[in-house]
Amino acid sequence: MATRTIAGKTVQVNDEGFMTNAAEWTREMAPELAQGEGIAELTPAHWKVIDFCRESASNLDGKSPTLRQITTGTGISTKELFALFPKGPAKKVAKISGLGKPEGCV
Amino acid sequence: MKQLLVLGAGTAGTMVVNKLRPLLDADEWKITIVDQHETHYYQPGFLFIPFGMYSKNDVVKPKRDFIPPGVELIMSPVEVIEPEHNRVRLVKEGRYLNYDFLVIATGARTHPEQTPGLQEHEWNRSIYDFYTIEGALALARHLRTWQGGRLVVNVVENPIKCPVAPLEFLMLADWFFHEQGIRDRVELIYATPLSGAFTKPIASKHLGDILVQKGIQVEPEFLVMEVDPDAKKLVSYDEREVGYDLLVTVPLNMGDELIARSGLGDELNYVPVNKHTFLSPKYANIFALGDAAGVPTSKAGSVAHFAVDCFAENFERYIDGLEMLPTFDGHANCFIESGFGKGLLIDFNYEVEPLPGRYPLPGVGPFTLLQESEMNHWGKMMFRWMYWNILLKGQPLPLPARMSMSGKWRQ
Repeated sequence: MATRTIAGKTVQVNDEGFMTNAAEWTREMAPELAQGEGIAELTPAHWKVIDFCRESASNLDGKSPTLRQITTGTGISTKELFALFPKGPAKKVAKISGLGKPEGCV
Repeated sequence: MKQLLVLGAGTAGTMVVNKLRPLLDADEWKITIVDQHETHYYQPGFLFIPFGMYSKNDVVKPKRDFIPPGVELIMSPVEVIEPEHNRVRLVKEGRYLNYDFLVIATGARTHPEQTPGLQEHEWNRSIYDFYTIEGALALARHLRTWQGGRLVVNVVENPIKCPVAPLEFLMLADWFFHEQGIRDRVELIYATPLSGAFTKPIASKHLGDILVQKGIQVEPEFLVMEVDPDAKKLVSYDEREVGYDLLVTVPLNMGDELIARSGLGDELNYVPVNKHTFLSPKYANIFALGDAAGVPTSKAGSVAHFAVDCFAENFERYIDGLEMLPTFDGHANCFIESGFGKGLLIDFNYEVEPLPGRYPLPGVGPFTLLQESEMNHWGKMMFRWMYWNILLKGQPLPLPARMSMSGKWRQ
């Protein structure tokens, strides 16, 4: 398993750069992870989504919630989510929040 | 007399009453099952209908035939569940049914109306689904005379029933069009909201190029916002467009509206329950099984089967005043049709992703895991008989409810 240093702390990541242990994540890591996803600055709207995902993930075995769970839970529309996290919000939110990538069964 | 009430006589509900009737003393326990539809559909068979491999008769039987003696079957829609009063109200005559324990097994179904443009004037003309009997039959008629073009399979949003079915559809389509002699005139495209056709690392490694070999293109991370039925294109939230001549959609799946009306559901009307016991965290006498359950399993018959096996034993403990054990491990076991008379098999649970190896089955197997074989195809074809004659009736099968590592290879 590869490791990576984010915000001065070494964490475990998989081949695609997703953190594999959600407990290693800290809020300080989010801006750096976001920059890697092409998001220069995290606004309060970004944080609303990240906070919601972190909170939901504790009930989801560390997995990121689905887009529908995010839109229902935060009141932010799917269209806005795509504006906040361009090109694949589900995956980007998961990465920035230190959670597992949304997966199918195979 | 204690009352066990089961809502829904589909795969999970039918298995629950068949498993529990012999376990519960008939002098102490009344079991009632409620459903609004007379017909039981073998849903895995819908996949084969568009390609003429199965007909309607292969996938339908009366629900009544599978309800054992000593179980009351009531045909009626359910108006509402009133968990605070331990009762449900039926639509039929406004009748109330009280319960000591309630099992919700009302399933999930497709909602094409949730995506603009899908279920409009081109529905069943150039846009089809194969998750309903009507859709599968209409698509079969269309494919019989289709002259080729761009066929797009689009999953609107996860979770969906039988998550591998869209892939199976594409691989069977590849085979079908070869047989029809028009494969060179057909483009096959898979537009999925996930990051690819395969997302688990080991499955991706083993199966990653199977779609390339079959000439099936993947449009990943495609979250459809709307369909333009006149211009024949899908438009995603990030404004990508995918054109088609023939669209096969897997619409949004949701649990029954009864769940929402009763205030028991999540954002997709699934009932949140403990993923190992199926007990509601809110009501100590309500369970949800099968597709209705809001648990992170695949929505599939095999999962319902293993879940019901675990649940039946656990329920016996529970009514004796013992704690439920966290027995269900998320086990799923799915044949995946890959075309040309071959198939794959995957066997996994909450913790263990699909692994390669051999799946032992006394007298019949082994089946190859994550690898194509003719045996796997025959396993899938044989399964229909097993479903109707053994599985639904709750009779024992030599398939352990909990996943076993025997035969699996860790790399």
